Amino acid sequence: MLDQFADTIRAAAARGASLRIRGGGGKDFYGVRLEGDVLDTTGHTGVVNYDPSELVITVRAGTPVAEVEAVLAGRGQMLAFEPPRLNAAGTIGGAIASGWSGPRRVAAGSARDFVLGVRLLDARARPLSFGGQVMKNVAGYDLSRFLAGSFGTLALITEVSLKVLPRPVAEATLRFELDEAAALDTVNRWAGQPLPLSASCHMDAALWVRLSGACAAVDAALARLGGERVDDAEAARFWASLRDQTHPFFATASTLWRLSIRGTAAPLGLGAQLTEWHGGLRWIAAPLEAQVAHAAARGSGGHATLYRADAALRSGGIQHLGSAVLALHQRLKQALDPQGLFGAHRLHPDF
Amino acid sequence: MGKPELFETIPDALADKDELVRRLLEGLPAHCVLHAPEQLKPYECDGLSAFREVPLAVALPETEEQVVHALRTCHGVRVPVVARGAGTGLSGGALPHPRGVTLGLSKMKSILALDPLARTARVQPGVRNLAISEAAAKHGLYYAPDPSSQIACSIGGNVAENSGGVHCLKYGLTVHNVLAVRLVTIEGEVLELGGEGLDAAGLDLLALAIGSEGLLGVVTEITVKLLPRPQLARVVLAAFGSLEKAGEAVANVIGAGIIPAGLEMMDRLATGAVEQFVHAGYPLDAEAILLCESDGTPEEVAEDIERMIEVMRASGATEIRLSRDEAERLRFWSGRKSAFPAVGRLMPDYFCMDGTIPKRQLGRVLRGIEKLSAEFGLKCPNVFHAGDGNLHPLIMFDANVPGQQEQASRFGARILELCVEAGGTITGEHGVGIEKIDQMCAQFRPDELATFHAVKAAFDAQRLLNPGKAVPTLQRCAEFGAMHVHHGEQKFPELPRF
Ligand SMILES: Cc1cc2nc3c(=O)[nH]c(=O)nc-3n(C[C@H](O)[C@H](O)[C@H](O)COP(=O)(O)OP(=O)(O)OC[C@H]3O[C@@H](n4cnc5c(N)ncnc54)[C@H](O)[C@@H]3O)c2cc1C
Repeated sequence: MLDQFADTIRAAAARGASLRIRGGGGKDFYGVRLEGDVLDTTGHTGVVNYDPSELVITVRAGTPVAEVEAVLAGRGQMLAFEPPRLNAAGTIGGAIASGWSGPRRVAAGSARDFVLGVRLLDARARPLSFGGQVMKNVAGYDLSRFLAGSFGTLALITEVSLKVLPRPVAEATLRFELDEAAALDTVNRWAGQPLPLSASCHMDAALWVRLSGACAAVDAALARLGGERVDDAEAARFWASLRDQTHPFFATASTLWRLSIRGTAAPLGLGAQLTEWHGGLRWIAAPLEAQVAHAAARGSGGHATLYRADAALRSGGIQHLGSAVLALHQRLKQALDPQGLFGAHRLHPDF
Repeated sequence: MGKPELFETIPDALADKDELVRRLLEGLPAHCVLHAPEQLKPYECDGLSAFREVPLAVALPETEEQVVHALRTCHGVRVPVVARGAGTGLSGGALPHPRGVTLGLSKMKSILALDPLARTARVQPGVRNLAISEAAAKHGLYYAPDPSSQIACSIGGNVAENSGGVHCLKYGLTVHNVLAVRLVTIEGEVLELGGEGLDAAGLDLLALAIGSEGLLGVVTEITVKLLPRPQLARVVLAAFGSLEKAGEAVANVIGAGIIPAGLEMMDRLATGAVEQFVHAGYPLDAEAILLCESDGTPEEVAEDIERMIEVMRASGATEIRLSRDEAERLRFWSGRKSAFPAVGRLMPDYFCMDGTIPKRQLGRVLRGIEKLSAEFGLKCPNVFHAGDGNLHPLIMFDANVPGQQEQASRFGARILELCVEAGGTITGEHGVGIEKIDQMCAQFRPDELATFHAVKAAFDAQRLLNPGKAVPTLQRCAEFGAMHVHHGEQKFPELPRF
């Protein structure tokens, strides 16, 4: 399979063509433009190495996320960054290349945080390996974490090693009637206290809080926080619907902005909103003027992305990079993929 | 770790020291530029004192503007720049360049903002690691990564090394606890990487900057995450009759679904050394001891501790003690925390190695180190972050005995190669610096090293930032590198042999 990938890369390079690396295709809606011939990774599957007591799993990039999670669940472990499963075919390579993380990210860390190492084919089809299968590794620049979120614009990830964590022994969800400002304040105050918070969501004047950890810790927090206890099965469905974006809020929005900002930033008042990550992630289902969205995000210490929209609108929604940072992006792209072979213009119109 | 020529000559570099100082003084006050030999002396090495060089000058900027000036000046005259925090690094990362400027960040030590509700602190690079937690304490918060050097090391140095600590098994490394940095390039451009949100626009340049050992830019500001201070911590001390047994216990704890706040191992030589020094009360007849900590709410800790003790017992611990109060917990840790200085008292010199291996290889690698220790005739106590497989063998030697330092260097190189063979890495947290530059040739193939150089060139095309460190040139690997045969393949088939 690797030989096939290498041939594809070499052939595309020879033709001056560009390649669009694709796993399950669940994220095809995302990006400024999708260009190039599809390089399908889904044939490159399998768990290469997994030893639960190492807290590390190594898998080929085309392996479905669902398969990896099933293997982990069999040993009481999980991918703690909760990668969104946008369709059943979603691959681990796509999860890492997008860098997207689900509700638990606010407590456990992001996809990038769990990357320990990658194997890849670069734009010259050379097999390279960065990072490794150990928890701590500072030899060389951290290219494996750098590739998380690169959306197939730098190299073809062929294998990843990820840190995994035990599933929490106990989990419980509470619901509170609170307006947005009160919810932001409350959840951030709680996050500054030793409470086993593992996720939060605010929408429709309700704050949802998930607690995860040791039984005694969850019980103690339940007693302390009050609120309305949500039935476990309903709660599981709710958090999964946020993670996988099957919740009606996501499913019905035709234009969706994603603002990653300071969690404590005041309510933005820009339209129908779903808030995650203790206020750090605000989804806005409204056809905002691009300038308005970018200015609001910048004013709150973060950035905005037009996550989903008609193709015609997409280029207005790209994340704003300062000129020096943009120039550095271009130099790095040039350094790693001088021909512009991989994922041209997916992340940005300028590279 | 031999000492071939460490620094390449940079063509057309300004060599006139007076002229260089004059230019630096155009943007830095007089008290911020050191150039007299006796002023330069204190900067000649970092924590790896076996390597010493005197720089042309030391600049100690007080503001980011002055950092920019110093970098622009050096860039203009092609003079190398070595950033320096507190100088506690153990791999020679802050070793001066003999024809360069050392840029010390120690005067930039303000905590610029602390937001208890958002749980972040914005600090200057010279702030000491522990000072952040001290400032956050009144809000019940702290900065989690806690290198043993935390009373002295700077947060800028932590970012440059991606430092870890005893608690990083549960709370992560520096890279997991930093939200944003301001990075000044060699050309004097200020880049804002990351942001106040949990992820930033574009590619993850922050991941690249963290752990880059001062080769990509100079960090002038850092926004860190703060965590709520756990209400309670307790530690289990368990003794074992063999290193293997202790290693199995480590795997069993984690296999049981427990993530301890810290999980450290010390072998008999190490416990013997520290007992003479701090009286931590360690059982001296044990081949290895484990310190296994739980922190959190009292309920969580009680639940964890019960399970930890159960696993230790089932794994064959010969003795188990549980800290009864905070004083006893600190006493149990005191030995671990003073292990390096304790070894330093027994022997004039030691090298602290930093390889990381998959935990299942612990027994094998530790036995390998024992064998090497006998072969080289040098003692090598082991203290390490067992939970993440990060070894710190301490090779004891006396530099005054002719040949011993070279022996120790060779011993160290062999240990690192053992780690690479076991599927691990040559450095878990101390960085490559100058110390492990040749072992990089064993860890990476030429194409991978070339990729590192390409990344470097995107930031610093003239290679003026900390040249000679962290990533060896292909030339150097061919000439001096560890040219062993690895998995049956020769390392650099395309390069000529010398
Ligand atoms: C007794 C002892 C115990 C230790 N324990 C640990 C431990 O538990 N875990 C651990 O990880 N390390 C440990 N260390 C190593 C060391 O303390 C860390 O590497 C620390 O992060 C270095 O910080 P510093 O400020 O002293 O940096 P320095 O030694 O001054 O510099 C280290 C590197 O960072 C670069 N640098 C410094 N500041 C900047 C900046 N602002 N911008 C860009 N580059 C910069 C330098 O060029 C150099 O390459 C220990 C050291 C000692 C002496």
